[in-house]
Amino acid sequence: MSTPVKAPKPGPQAPKAGSQAANAQPARPKAPRPAPPLGAPAAAPVLTGAQAVVRALEELEVEAVFGIPGGAILPAYDPLLDSEKVRHILVRHEQGAGHAAQGYALATGKVGVCMATSGPGATNLVTPLADAHMDSVPIVAITGQVASTAIGTDAFQEADIVGITMPITKHSYLVTTGEEIPRVLAEAFYVAASGRPGPVLVDIPKDILSGTAPFVWPPKMDLPGYRPTTQPHGKQIREAAALIADAKRPVLYVGGGVVKSGAHAELRELAELTGAPVITTLMARGAFPDSHPQHLGMPGMHGTVPAVHALQKADLIVALGARFDDRVTGKLDTFAPEAKIVHVDIDPAEIGKNREVDVPIVGDCKAAVAAMTEAYIDPGKERLKTWWETLDDLRGRYPLGYTDIDDGLLTPQWVIQRLGELAPADTIWTAGVGQHQMWASQFIKYEAPGTFLNSGGLGTMGFAVPAAMGAKLGEMDRTVWAVDGDGCFQMTNQELATCAIEGIPIKVAVINNGNLGMVRQWQTLFYGKRYSNTNLSTHHSEASPRVPDFVKLAEALGCVGLRAETPDEVDAIIQQANAINDRPVVVDFTVGPDAMVWPMVPAGVSNDEILYARDVRPNFDDEGEI
Amino acid sequence: MTTHTLSVLVENKPGVLARVSALFSRRGFNIDSLAVGETEHPGVSRITIVVDVEPGSLEQVTKQLNKLIHVLKIVELEAGSSVQRELLLVKVRADAATRGQVIAAAELFKARSVDVTPDTVTFEVTGNHDKIEAFLEVLEPFGIKELVQSGTVALGRGAKSMASLSRYVSPNSQQ
Repeated sequence: MSTPVKAPKPGPQAPKAGSQAANAQPARPKAPRPAPPLGAPAAAPVLTGAQAVVRALEELEVEAVFGIPGGAILPAYDPLLDSEKVRHILVRHEQGAGHAAQGYALATGKVGVCMATSGPGATNLVTPLADAHMDSVPIVAITGQVASTAIGTDAFQEADIVGITMPITKHSYLVTTGEEIPRVLAEAFYVAASGRPGPVLVDIPKDILSGTAPFVWPPKMDLPGYRPTTQPHGKQIREAAALIADAKRPVLYVGGGVVKSGAHAELRELAELTGAPVITTLMARGAFPDSHPQHLGMPGMHGTVPAVHALQKADLIVALGARFDDRVTGKLDTFAPEAKIVHVDIDPAEIGKNREVDVPIVGDCKAAVAAMTEAYIDPGKERLKTWWETLDDLRGRYPLGYTDIDDGLLTPQWVIQRLGELAPADTIWTAGVGQHQMWASQFIKYEAPGTFLNSGGLGTMGFAVPAAMGAKLGEMDRTVWAVDGDGCFQMTNQELATCAIEGIPIKVAVINNGNLGMVRQWQTLFYGKRYSNTNLSTHHSEASPRVPDFVKLAEALGCVGLRAETPDEVDAIIQQANAINDRPVVVDFTVGPDAMVWPMVPAGVSNDEILYARDVRPNFDDEGEI
Repeated sequence: MTTHTLSVLVENKPGVLARVSALFSRRGFNIDSLAVGETEHPGVSRITIVVDVEPGSLEQVTKQLNKLIHVLKIVELEAGSSVQRELLLVKVRADAATRGQVIAAAELFKARSVDVTPDTVTFEVTGNHDKIEAFLEVLEPFGIKELVQSGTVALGRGAKSMASLSRYVSPNSQQ
């Protein structure tokens, strides 16, 4: 059995047979294999561009492509029909293809692949590309383009997708000859998966797909300007280790980079050796076990009181693959005023971007954390005693919690907690964006990395269902639950048809409060309860019946539809859903609209202003009066 | 805010200028001037960018530029240790009465007259930004009809070059 998460392989599905190509320094190939003679080697088969795409995907060990055919990409779909290695999943909307590729990548550690036609097909991929860019998810998007002779003429279904996606991809290609298809695809996979992972777009005009060219594999990659630094600098590592040993109030601030680099075991070793408290961001939930006594939970706008307070009062923050996002820091100039900063990131541009850094470490988290552990000389845990007393006191007084609202409807936090408690071990969770996402982060306990997949940076509503589809396809033997909201669910639920037909039995918990819940929460708190355009009418009432009825919708989409409306039926229905493995299941949990996500740091204010519940500011002993 | 001159070596690929300039606008930095041209190696172009930013922002924009796959190397060229030049073409009003004065002024700046009409003279002059500004100030009273200025181009002083381009050139692109 595989471990719960597979670290992205640095030299990904880069050409296998082509270990030469994968290992060769793209910048300066040291020992290049004998250069192929100019033009086509006699042995190279002549393929159509379309065949070359499919053959390259096979050589790159791609198992699944999510996509929809259309005019310009049509040639590529013909050889795809014959491929025994590459399975194409026909999605219902290209956005679903992109998020599915993300879910697949996040669950398996491999590069996710999606495919679309030119124009609207390609522009429908914009959201998942932007999402993958923000959350550093390795995906490759292959788009058809109008014929090269028609580019720039406003031809039917023409869109400058390379131009459109420039700021939201790690790199993009417009293929200009059939010969370059193998190289471009090999490079695309290598760039997507190495360094700081991210999305790469490959746009191929229709005439190139239809035309023929010799297919040379493995191709020689040509990336002279791409040299990600992975090995951290030894001197910086020693300096960081010394700072940790000196610190009286250290915090390990763990971000998604730890999951991406597969550094969870190294992190645990460092944490236990140093005795420092650990905080995991939304992108890093599971990188450090929730059950571990040194884990304080999630930081930020909806973080735990001890996690937020620990960062604010720290004298040393060791940021590991995290980027001081505004949702974590709150008002930046009041964030952690006394802390020195050690910042480890594989992307040099993240270091010092938002917060000045004392010890910058550019490199892979796995290597850096292991090296820090090695360099660390433990001065004993006595110095951390007061720090832990403060944090433990806050943990005791301000645990994550919720109060039931007496509205005759289910309490959403409790439903999500029960989902977590009743799910099989190893379950992968996905979430959309909003209240349900925060509760899924807070009330499901994550013990392994890569078990909570969600849209952190971009905050893409509708992420949950297609991402769950991709994750499930990659990890068929594991349960995949999508925790979704009624708003999110209505953005991408058409992929349930894909799941039903392709045999991808995901489970969806619609935390249905009848509203755009997070927006409504802000309207409650900051707009005088003026609920402008947040009621979605998915609850049953005299005035309006459920529109849509999620149970009927699920059934129409080929899924099992279930509904839980009272507390005493919740467990039984969750168990019923858990037992169904031949079809997708959707459970409509009818929850109350007035539950709110707490704790909360209102937008744009200092993290010192965290509220434990409405109008309840925690009493931090060291400050005396509130 | 201070002015900085960045010399950026890039692969000579389609769209590379768009990627570089879009990155500046996306991150909220203003480009004062920009000049692009081939280098001694046709596979590599040099973009000279003059930008007005805080030092912290300069570091961020440089790091972001370095992330572009087609960017090979970036160096900041300090005024003292580099030669920086702009090219100016300027059409000045100059009739029989003022032509002598206009040409005398131009000579002080080592400007060459490249076109003459009964009413105007067009000059070509190169120099650093300050010299160009000063020249324009002197011509102003005579009446400037139109002008065009190139972006700054710059090279580091001394024997060393910014990078040996051959290290960036793969057998592929030599073909």
